[in-house]
Amino acid sequence: MQAQESYNYKVVRQFAVMTVIWGVVGMLVGVIIAAQLLWPELNFGVSWLSYGRLRPLHTNAVIFAFGGSALFATSYYVVQRTCHVRLFSEALASFTFWGWQVVIVAAAVTLPLGITTSKEYAELEWPIDVLITLVWVAYAVVFFGTLAKRRIQHIYVANWFFGAFILTIAILHLVNSAAVPVTFWKSYSVYSGAQDAMVQWWYGHNAVGFFLTAGFLGMMYYFVPKQAGRPIYSYRLSVVHFWALIFTYMWAGPHHLHYTALPDWAQSLGMVFSLILLAPSWGGMINGIMTLSGAWEKLRTDPILKFLIVSLSFYGMSTFEGPMMSIKTVNALSHYTDWTIGHVHSGALGWVGLVTMGSIYYLLPRLFGRTEMYSVRLVNTHFWIATVGIVLYIAAMWIAGVMQGLMWRAVSDDGTLTYTFVESVKATYPFYAIRLLGGLLYLAGMGIMLYNMVKTIAMAQEADTRIPVPAAAHA
Amino acid sequence: MDINLLRSLVTVAALATFLGIVWWAYAPSRKSRFERDALLPFNEEEGTAENGPPAVFRRNELERP
Repeated sequence: MQAQESYNYKVVRQFAVMTVIWGVVGMLVGVIIAAQLLWPELNFGVSWLSYGRLRPLHTNAVIFAFGGSALFATSYYVVQRTCHVRLFSEALASFTFWGWQVVIVAAAVTLPLGITTSKEYAELEWPIDVLITLVWVAYAVVFFGTLAKRRIQHIYVANWFFGAFILTIAILHLVNSAAVPVTFWKSYSVYSGAQDAMVQWWYGHNAVGFFLTAGFLGMMYYFVPKQAGRPIYSYRLSVVHFWALIFTYMWAGPHHLHYTALPDWAQSLGMVFSLILLAPSWGGMINGIMTLSGAWEKLRTDPILKFLIVSLSFYGMSTFEGPMMSIKTVNALSHYTDWTIGHVHSGALGWVGLVTMGSIYYLLPRLFGRTEMYSVRLVNTHFWIATVGIVLYIAAMWIAGVMQGLMWRAVSDDGTLTYTFVESVKATYPFYAIRLLGGLLYLAGMGIMLYNMVKTIAMAQEADTRIPVPAAAHA
Repeated sequence: MDINLLRSLVTVAALATFLGIVWWAYAPSRKSRFERDALLPFNEEEGTAENGPPAVFRRNELERP
C-alpha cells in the first residue's frame, strides 16, 4: 500500500479557531446590547449601532458563526475519526470554510445597515441565503460523502445526530427563506399572515431543535465518552434517543404562537409535542451524565469534563423549563417577558456554549500536536467564570420575567390595570444590571479561552494524524 | 379518501415505527452488538495505526486485499 493516509485536520483547525474568535465577537455584541438596555444612550445616536440592528447581529453571530463553526469543526473531526477515512473532497471542505466565513462577514455588514427580512434567526437577505444554500449543499456532500466511503461498518451514533442536523437545516432554510426578490437587498416572504408566522416558528423552533440541539448532541456522544475514557452509558438508549427526537421535534413550533391568530388546535398540538419532548431530552441528558458513572472523581480534576457534564445539567434544566413554558396557562404568564430570554440563555450559554467550549478544548491540543492546552488552570478558571456568569444571567432574567408577567396581568378592584407598562420597565432595571454582569463574566471566560488558544497555537507541532488501516492492507 | 383519515393513519404508522425501533434497540439478541458499537470511538490508535481497526468494526468489502 502507498503512503499512509492522514485525516484532514486543516479544515477542522480552521473552523475550531474561528469558533473561538466568533465566540468572542458574538458575545461582545451581546454584552453591548445588554448594556444598551441599561444605558439607552450607548447607541450614540448612530443608526447602525441601535439595539434593533445589533440584536440580530448578536443572535446570528453566536448561533451561526460561533455555534456553526463549532458544528463544522466537530462534525468533520468526528466523522473522520469514527469512519477511519479522510474527509471527502478537499476542495469542497475548503469551500465550506471560506463560504461560511463570507456568509458571516456579509451578515455582520448587512444587519447593522438595517438590511433584513425581519424573520427571527433568518434575517439575512436573499443573496446571502443563496450562498448559505450553496455552502450547505457542499457541507452535506462532504459529510455524507465521507460516510459513504467509510472503512467502519457501523455508523456511530454521533454521526446520526450530525447527519440529521445537516439534512434538517437544509430543509428548514429552503422552506422558510422562500421569498420573492424585489431588489438586490430586498425580498418579501412567499407566505403571509398566520401561515408566515407558522412557517417562521416551524423554522425557528427546529433551528433550536436541530441546529442547537441535534448537532450539539452529536458532540456530546463523541466527546463525553472520549474525555471520560469510557463508552456511552447506554448505546441502545442513544438509538431510541435519536429517533424519539426526530419523531417529535418537528411539531413543537406552534408553542411560539400561543394565543395568536394561529388555530387553537395547532397551538394545542405544539404544546402536547413540546411536553412529549421532555422524555427524549432527559433520556439523552441521563445517557451523557451517567457515562461518568463509576468515575465521578474525574469531575474534580478534569476541567474539560466539567464543561461537558455541567453543559448536560443545563441541557436538562432548559429542556424541563421549555415544556413547562409551552403549557398554555404558563405561557400566558411567561410570553413576551424576560423569562423567555432567561430560558433561551440557559440553553444557549449553559448547554450549547459549555458543550462547545469543552469540545473545542478537547480538540485544540490534538489539532496542534500538543497533549494539552497551554494552561489547564486557565481552562478551569474559564469554567468557573462562565458558570457564575450563566447563573447570574438566568436568575436575573427569571426574576425579571415572572415579575413582568405578574405586573402586566395585575388588575385593580375597579377593573383597571394596576401597573402601567413603564412601571414594569422601571422594576426590571436592576435585573438588567445583573444580567450585564453575568454576560460580562461569560465574555471574560471566552477571552481567557482565546488567550489560551493563541498560546497553545504558538507551541504547535505537526499534527496530521495517520488513519489506522486494516491489517490486510499491509500485505 | 378523507384527508383526516390519511393524517390519522400516518400518525399511527409513525408511532408503530417508533415502537418498532424501541423493540429493535432493546431486543436481548442485539445487546452485545450495541455494547460493541459503543466502543467504536476508542478503536483509533493515534499515529501508530499498525493494526488498524479490529475486524469486527471493518466494512466487509474492505476485507478484500
